[in-house]
Amino acid sequence: MNFSLSRAMLIAEADLVGIAGERAVCDRRGVLYFPDLRLLAVSDLHLEKGSSLARRGALIPPYDTGATLLRLQAVIADYQPRIVVSLGDSFHDGGGAERMHQSFRERLEAMMAGRDWFWVAGNHDPDAPADLPGETVKELAVGSLLFRHEPSKLRVEGEISGHLHPCARIVQRGRSVRRRCFAGDGGRMIMPAFGAYTGSLNVLDRAYAGLFRLETLVAYMLGTERIFAISGSMLRPG
Amino acid sequence: MPPRYLLRVTEQPRLAEQNAAVLLPEPFVKWFGEKGWSPRVHQLELLAQAQSGQSVLLIAPTGAGKTLAGFLPSLTELANRPKRRPGGARRGIHTLYISPLKALAVDIERNLGKPVEEIGLPVTIETRTGDTPSHKRQRQKLAPPDILLTTPEQLALLIASNGARRFFEDLRYVVLDELHSLVTSKRGHLLALGLARLRAFVPRLQTIGLSATVAEPDELRRWLVSQASPGAMSELIVVTGGAKPEISILDSEERVPWAGHSARYATPEIYREIKRHKTTLLFVNTRSQAELLFQELWRVNEDTLPIALHHGSLDVAQRRRVEKAMGENALRAIVATSTLDLGIDWGDVDLVVHVGAPKGASRLAQRIGRANHRMDEPSKAILIPANRFEVLECRAALDANYLGAQDTPPLVNGGLDVLAQHVLGCACGAPFHADALFDEVRTAAPYAGLDRPTFDRVIDFVATGGYALRNYERYARIRQTKEGLWRVSNPAVAQQYRLNVGTIIEVPALNVRYVQAGSRGAASRGGRVLGKIEEAFLETLTHGDTFMFGGKILRFEGIRENECFVSNAPGSDAKVPYYGGGKFPLSTYLAEQVRAMLDDPQRWKKLPEQVADWLRFQADKSVLPKRDDLLIETFPRGNRYYLVAYPFEGRLAHQTLGMLLTRRLDRAGAKPVGFVATDYALAIWSLGDMGWMFKNRKPSLATLFDQDMLGDDLEAWFADSWLLKRTFRNCALISGLIEKRHPGKEKSGRQVTVSTDLIYDVLRSHEPDHILLQATRTDAATGLLDVSRLAEMLSRIRGRIMHKNLEQISPLAVPIMLEIGKMPVNGEADETLLMDAATLVEEAMGPEMAD
Repeated sequence: MNFSLSRAMLIAEADLVGIAGERAVCDRRGVLYFPDLRLLAVSDLHLEKGSSLARRGALIPPYDTGATLLRLQAVIADYQPRIVVSLGDSFHDGGGAERMHQSFRERLEAMMAGRDWFWVAGNHDPDAPADLPGETVKELAVGSLLFRHEPSKLRVEGEISGHLHPCARIVQRGRSVRRRCFAGDGGRMIMPAFGAYTGSLNVLDRAYAGLFRLETLVAYMLGTERIFAISGSMLRPG
Repeated sequence: MPPRYLLRVTEQPRLAEQNAAVLLPEPFVKWFGEKGWSPRVHQLELLAQAQSGQSVLLIAPTGAGKTLAGFLPSLTELANRPKRRPGGARRGIHTLYISPLKALAVDIERNLGKPVEEIGLPVTIETRTGDTPSHKRQRQKLAPPDILLTTPEQLALLIASNGARRFFEDLRYVVLDELHSLVTSKRGHLLALGLARLRAFVPRLQTIGLSATVAEPDELRRWLVSQASPGAMSELIVVTGGAKPEISILDSEERVPWAGHSARYATPEIYREIKRHKTTLLFVNTRSQAELLFQELWRVNEDTLPIALHHGSLDVAQRRRVEKAMGENALRAIVATSTLDLGIDWGDVDLVVHVGAPKGASRLAQRIGRANHRMDEPSKAILIPANRFEVLECRAALDANYLGAQDTPPLVNGGLDVLAQHVLGCACGAPFHADALFDEVRTAAPYAGLDRPTFDRVIDFVATGGYALRNYERYARIRQTKEGLWRVSNPAVAQQYRLNVGTIIEVPALNVRYVQAGSRGAASRGGRVLGKIEEAFLETLTHGDTFMFGGKILRFEGIRENECFVSNAPGSDAKVPYYGGGKFPLSTYLAEQVRAMLDDPQRWKKLPEQVADWLRFQADKSVLPKRDDLLIETFPRGNRYYLVAYPFEGRLAHQTLGMLLTRRLDRAGAKPVGFVATDYALAIWSLGDMGWMFKNRKPSLATLFDQDMLGDDLEAWFADSWLLKRTFRNCALISGLIEKRHPGKEKSGRQVTVSTDLIYDVLRSHEPDHILLQATRTDAATGLLDVSRLAEMLSRIRGRIMHKNLEQISPLAVPIMLEIGKMPVNGEADETLLMDAATLVEEAMGPEMAD
């Protein structure tokens, strides 16, 4: 099976979401793909978070970068995007790119090769990552879409952002299920964090206040096989 | 393991005074005389053993003067000690007393202070617990008391402090109270390692263990002394006897329910007993049972007797008030969970009521020992079975108590996570040599079998995380000096260690605070705190839900940060039940007894008529399981097919079995939907006709229950199970991989902290042999899944499976069938729930809205 065929199948099977008039695939692995633009967006990779914490005495396993890159490699292989936008906090801290193990750097460079790669500046990584290709930008406008790390307080149609690491929670038959999610209201979309060690924050938390039209808020919760679109009225805080 | 029957040595008459005088200093003899007492044989025996330099294990029932016996060697030696000259060398701690409970240490301070004062001994006694203010701790380091009463965690902290060796240089005795309960947990492992360290500081150190009756006293005897010579044991003194307890099973005039755990039916009869006695202690197995029983008793409490509630989730101040009232004999009854299990003296309890099944014969004996703390008077106890299976279990336990059977669990090997914590603690105290520490650690009984490569991996883990990638060398927490000594790299490491010491992992819990009804906690700061409730339970509540806590019906108003806001909802019913589950699984021994009873109609005569009738019906409609067989019934009901198995191996083993069987049934095409497990039985329901499948050997039951399920199926399920993740979290916290949460530092929130679930996933896929995963698997197999018990069962029933394919539900199956719908269903995937929620949205709003 060649790549374009598998891409077509992925897109055909997926739930297509409209954002400011653009069609997008909410992939259950936590990436957003715009087939018409051949653009893949991924947010909050937080590469080298493990070693960042290790510097402060918590020696948690140093395999997060490898794990995150492996998953990213898989989605890139599936969609073969022309453009990749990493929506900020790509590295957990400013020294992350420097600390990255050589083998991981090579893996990253291999998947960057042959496509346009944008590093959107995040609060964890305001500067360009050391010695890596790709273009570092504050924000990026493509068609009717605007990619930036932090969602803006003003209502912006077509804004794709990250930063908040949204997750959603439902209770069904006395059991609570919490998953990472895309959060959108038709106008803007906040992406889930992709990094292996990234936590998440409930979309009903105060941090999201004023960002969504609550009547049309939908949480696209990540399942193991597919995305589950859950209306805002069914969501629970905490 | 077969139950052991201890040789019972009834206490001999007390020694004549002149014999006592040989061992006891004069002021002690005088004091006993003034009190009109004489020292007991085991007290003098212990003293003699200690004076000849031996460590001793004293096994005695409550009320036998155990505490005084434990301290006599210290007190007599301190009495004979020459006076310290002014300006003379400071004296260090003489005796360390360690108990599992803070409250016990405080209690002992009071009880020991009295004789010390009356005898006129120049002995200082102080406590040191988590509640001790820092200025007092500082002072204790400079001017230590003669006797320090403390907990395992405080000992670990003392060992990890600078100058630990000097602090303990005068130590003579370590008295370990409630040893039987200490040794079974990771706290026990930490304590054993601490003891090994103390013995390295002071080689002539003697230990005195005080314990209730246990199945294998030799395990404790080894635990008390250095295993440098393998298998070495302390001396042993066993006191038995006292009057035989009078235990009865409530022969209720009401109907004993088929299922459930509330024993609500017996409330009026329990109340009548409370009225008939001075002070009644009511034991239950779970917090929710305690809440319910308390509510029910007050509903019928027409004389407004002072009846109180006590469990570990209640606010500390509230608990202290109850304990104080109890000590002053101001209460007529107290409903309690295991927080009161241990040996605190509770005034004049003359009746113990045990609600629900005791789950173990030893547990029952220890709880009943609580009544009437004088050992020559019989204890009186009533067992209240909450359902029909519990009637059988109570009967079995009761027979066991008379026989003196013991079913305390066997000790397990020391945890590697605990060892990692200890290694870091040692480094915080003083630089260590790996060879010396390895030898020292192996003198602790739980670690006697530790091999050097594993030990070295633990050191590597403490230093740099022990990862194959080896890129954390520059962040090492401990480093080796040129001389080969391991020392902490910087003071921050020691500081971090001190904040994280201990092996008690608290379940994430929120404060429960009063607010005005309807305020959702937003407007007001709220009223008083009632206690703490697990986050996991609160997550299932929505605004307006009512539940029981602290003896009250509360309405859930909302959650804000680490507080849960509630308001009073008097008069309403608690809508949301709380499942703490049975904390203790049915012991193997009792399970066997219950099976034996089912198989022997002669023994049914001792059972209440309604229960015996139930068994006769079962014999008529289906069949009763033979003692060594496994009965499996299949029947259709509604649009489902049911399989009910009766292994009687406890809830944990049944849950594991349920998980594995559903995997297999799924592969066989039976389309299993879910299962529930109780201590006695397991029910699985499916869309496919399992009865037909088994009859046609597609698959046969023998294949389905083959032992090979413990191979690949277990491994595959294990890896993804939330149980394993929870275990990993404990190991990660105890080993110091990640920090515990601390009050005041909890603001960080979910998006900042790295959850141990994520770490687990990453580590498992990249380094499955990492030492922490190894520790996790070992823990889970023993603690959470009861794999060994399941394995024994599967091998026992080979060729002994009895299949009954029925037209309809059998009498024996009724109890577990009633649990369906009341208990959370296992095996129902989160994905299904998500699917339901997503479908609801589509149904309600049309597909275009869902997109």
